[in-house]
Amino acid sequence: MSKHTLAVLVENSPGVLARVASLFSRRAYNIDSLAVGPTENPDISRMTIVLNLEGHVLDQVMAQVYKLVNVIAVSEMPTDSTVHRELLLVKVATTKIDEVLEIVLRFGAKVVDEDEQTVTIECTAESVHIEALLKALTPYGVKELVQSGLVALERGTAALSDRTLSAQGISTLHEISTQADYQN
Amino acid sequence: MGKEMTGASSLVKSLEAAGVDVMFGIPGGAILPAYDPIFDSSIRHILVRHEQGAGHAAEGYAQATGRVGVCIVTSGPGATNLVTALANAQMDSVPMVAITGQVPSAAIGTDAFQEADIRGITMPITKHNYLITDPADIPRAIAEAFHIASTGRPGPVLVDIAKDALQKMTTFKYPSEIHLAGYKPQVEPEDEAIRDAAVLIAQSEKPVLYVGGGVIKANASKELMRLAELMGAPVVTTLMARGAFPDSHHLHLGMPGMHGTVAAVTALQKADLLVTLGARFDDRVTGKLSSFAVNAKVIHADIDPAEIGKNRYADVAVIGDLLHTLNALIPAVQKEFKKSKPDLTTWWRQMSSLRATYPLGYTKPEDGSLSPQFVIERIGAISGPDSIYVAGVGQHQMWASQFVKYEKPRTWLNSGGLGTMGYAVPAAMGAKVGMPDTTVWAIDGDGCFQMTNQELVTCALNNIPIKVAIINNESLGMVRQWQTMFYEGRYSNTSLQSKFIPDFVKLADAMGCAGLRCERPEDVDAVIKEAMSINDQPVVVDFRVFKDAMVWPMVAAGSSNDEIMIARGLAPDWDSQEL
Repeated sequence: MSKHTLAVLVENSPGVLARVASLFSRRAYNIDSLAVGPTENPDISRMTIVLNLEGHVLDQVMAQVYKLVNVIAVSEMPTDSTVHRELLLVKVATTKIDEVLEIVLRFGAKVVDEDEQTVTIECTAESVHIEALLKALTPYGVKELVQSGLVALERGTAALSDRTLSAQGISTLHEISTQADYQN
Repeated sequence: MGKEMTGASSLVKSLEAAGVDVMFGIPGGAILPAYDPIFDSSIRHILVRHEQGAGHAAEGYAQATGRVGVCIVTSGPGATNLVTALANAQMDSVPMVAITGQVPSAAIGTDAFQEADIRGITMPITKHNYLITDPADIPRAIAEAFHIASTGRPGPVLVDIAKDALQKMTTFKYPSEIHLAGYKPQVEPEDEAIRDAAVLIAQSEKPVLYVGGGVIKANASKELMRLAELMGAPVVTTLMARGAFPDSHHLHLGMPGMHGTVAAVTALQKADLLVTLGARFDDRVTGKLSSFAVNAKVIHADIDPAEIGKNRYADVAVIGDLLHTLNALIPAVQKEFKKSKPDLTTWWRQMSSLRATYPLGYTKPEDGSLSPQFVIERIGAISGPDSIYVAGVGQHQMWASQFVKYEKPRTWLNSGGLGTMGYAVPAAMGAKVGMPDTTVWAIDGDGCFQMTNQELVTCALNNIPIKVAIINNESLGMVRQWQTMFYEGRYSNTSLQSKFIPDFVKLADAMGCAGLRCERPEDVDAVIKEAMSINDQPVVVDFRVFKDAMVWPMVAAGSSNDEIMIARGLAPDWDSQEL
């Protein structure tokens, strides 16, 4: 099993999120996180889906997602050349405000709200960084937290439209699996 | 400029523009506005007795003609009654458009009378679906629905239309072009894939053409014949592909899978190359996947990229329409064969021996009662290869697949993937509507028949003279067979007592059909001929058959295909075979 990040361009039509979610549910693919939002084109939305699965299953997931009529493009984001970000909002209830502010500074996070009992912190970072921040804050008393799904964008001039499943030619997609993946 | 009219008229005009000649349906509240313009339309509307019947009739029409089948029903229960037919069409890749009425847009989401979220319900069982609340969207949605249903891998598309969208005024303009950003089926195969496939074929000494229903959908039977004869290779046709290649042809080993012939099953198991054409490595074909065709390389040709590698690794994937794929593959193989052509003599000696030693067969009941296999075999022999045969699901379906000899595509219709009991009668009705000059036999079980037989009323009233052979073994025969084999003969809830109630002859009569009965082997031919002679009304024949007949050969579910049994407790004598 390994983590994979898929970027999916979909038509901005009613029910499209339900179609994608229904597909994952029906075919028993587990989603770690899913983030969806508008893009530079008002007719198109972009989903970022994080999955934990075997390599040859990924081919199948991508092909099944691409088969949905409202899906325009599917691509796995290359791990080595992609910026990944998650957003964390966390409310810490503490009397040791100074110590918490020290942690916030150290992690490059920021305070977005504060009163006598609590401090609310925002952090935008990679998952590992967010996990580390949360670990550091936990002893002070996390009252509430919310996290976004992961979003990802490729570094450099490359764009999703350059390297979609359709542009690659789907039949070549399969080369990343080997027969050994199917032995069970 | 478009013409001003109601959304309902725009819908009917759109269906006419899509080339619809017939649709099956039942009106109701939400769809009622559409039924007014239907009254004046050139489209023939056949009023069925249950929405499931409308769905299966549309499928039967589509399977027999290759055109898109159409059904139209109302919201709520009308729409949910279509669910089985839609799921069936999705599994068997049947091109179909379903129109459903929906409650007025302002009432959507309020749990209004006869409201059901049919778009949500059918998302996983349609190729695509729509909810239309603006009448201006109707022509485009209909045009797209027909395009999506009939191209690529065919399938069902549902268009749900809110009642107010049918009532409001709009302008009708049918789109001349369809542009779908996310739907571009790959029709032409890639040259490299064709070359790689041809190279594998030229290297193979034990090839098998593993033919699925896709060959029929692609109308590629002639091209399949050319490739098969060029290779001189054994051909197997799956349940969905019966008729894609003539049963009488010397290269044909029959059907593979759970109830396939020993030769077809073994050919796949022992092959060094599977040339897979429009098939999907279904569990009923592969048996235990990890022991399926372990020494074979796989060429997988299909129009649906998502089938590649789904169940079985493909050494060469050829994405494209099979007609185009075969037309490209044949010259590529010819070219490779000029360099070297493998000698299949040894392979054929093995396969011919299996075919000769283990032909399909059955033993006649010792008590002198009627053998179901014999009845089906005689129907096929007397009605001939130009007739269309439609089966339900169960023992009779397997026997109809085994003992009717198919020579042509689109002469064998059945519910393969979903296994829908009750498919036969309404699907036969649809097939007969599409092919009115062809004899259409529904070969049905007594269990299946009791699920959907009300459509015989529709047939009788609308001059759709189908013929129904009820293979009446007074039980849910296939389930009973499994109880015999795997549950120590504990026949929990499989006895239907259908030789007692209902009286199928009286039932036929009550529904405006001719009812016949046959109980003795010596009467079979005469009764079939009598049924053949009645063409002014539907005919139902109650063939009262031996209850304990079983379908053989059989590979038990989840077992390896190597464990095929030719009769209870009897495996082929592998030691005597040179394999």
